[in-house]
Amino acid sequence: MARGILTHMDNNNPELDTVFLAFADSTRRAVLRRLGEGPASVSDLAAPFDMALPPFMKHIRTLENAGLITTEKVGRVRICELNPEKYAAVEDWLKDQRRHWASRYRKLDQLLEQMKDKDR
Amino acid sequence: MKPDLHYSFQADMQTSRLTIRREFDAPRDLVWDCYTWAELLDQWFAPEPFTAKTKSMAFEEGGHWHFAMVDPEGNEHWSRFDYETITPKDGYQARDAFSDPDGGINRDLPASTWDVTFEDASQRTLVQTVLTYETPEALQQVIDMGMQQGMEATLSGLDKLLAKLTGATAK
Repeated sequence: MARGILTHMDNNNPELDTVFLAFADSTRRAVLRRLGEGPASVSDLAAPFDMALPPFMKHIRTLENAGLITTEKVGRVRICELNPEKYAAVEDWLKDQRRHWASRYRKLDQLLEQMKDKDR
Repeated sequence: MKPDLHYSFQADMQTSRLTIRREFDAPRDLVWDCYTWAELLDQWFAPEPFTAKTKSMAFEEGGHWHFAMVDPEGNEHWSRFDYETITPKDGYQARDAFSDPDGGINRDLPASTWDVTFEDASQRTLVQTVLTYETPEALQQVIDMGMQQGMEATLSGLDKLLAKLTGATAK
């Protein structure tokens, strides 16, 4: 499921723009994409970025606070892992919301057509 | 929906905000009426398969709309929109909360504020709704509720399937 979202993010699929925007920061997005391949240590995750550790840790904490990843200290290394359940929950909710709004607005289109017919 | 009617739905989880923009092929007066008269709201506000049922409506600053979303089994899910500011035909701001059948607000469930604006777009009307959950926790709570409902729906689907299968074996 999580892998699926990451793929959609890569493709910039308009259906899932919403999810794309949910993770609006490019560093965090790259971290999530990397974690889609499996757990990794903070230092491994940080390696591709030209960024000091404190600001990088801030991104990790943001993702952790959002529940999108979990972290665990193993000896002196902090290991990060994707939380696929949370991913799926956010994705499902956004899809539901999008569908609800589309549905009510289709009804409003019909109502407006009826009202315009009456005016004529 | 006509294929060229603009529709966009954006979510920003950082600010707990949804922004929905939609064009309607009708003059602004008509669209405004559909948003502000209970008898018209009842005809469109609930998404399928729900229907909306108004108990009371006072579209004025400090007033509120008290209504239910009724599901196909007849269960009523009550809500209340409290109107905070209204600029006729341009927009309104309201607070959306879950309520009981008597209009009492349920403060344990997440509330959101709605900022709805209406503008002319050639012969059409563009409506923008910015829906903000009061806290990130409130947004988290609605997502969790959605997950729960999804699971319940799945389980009830499973019940039906099992009933069918058991019925089939019984025969």
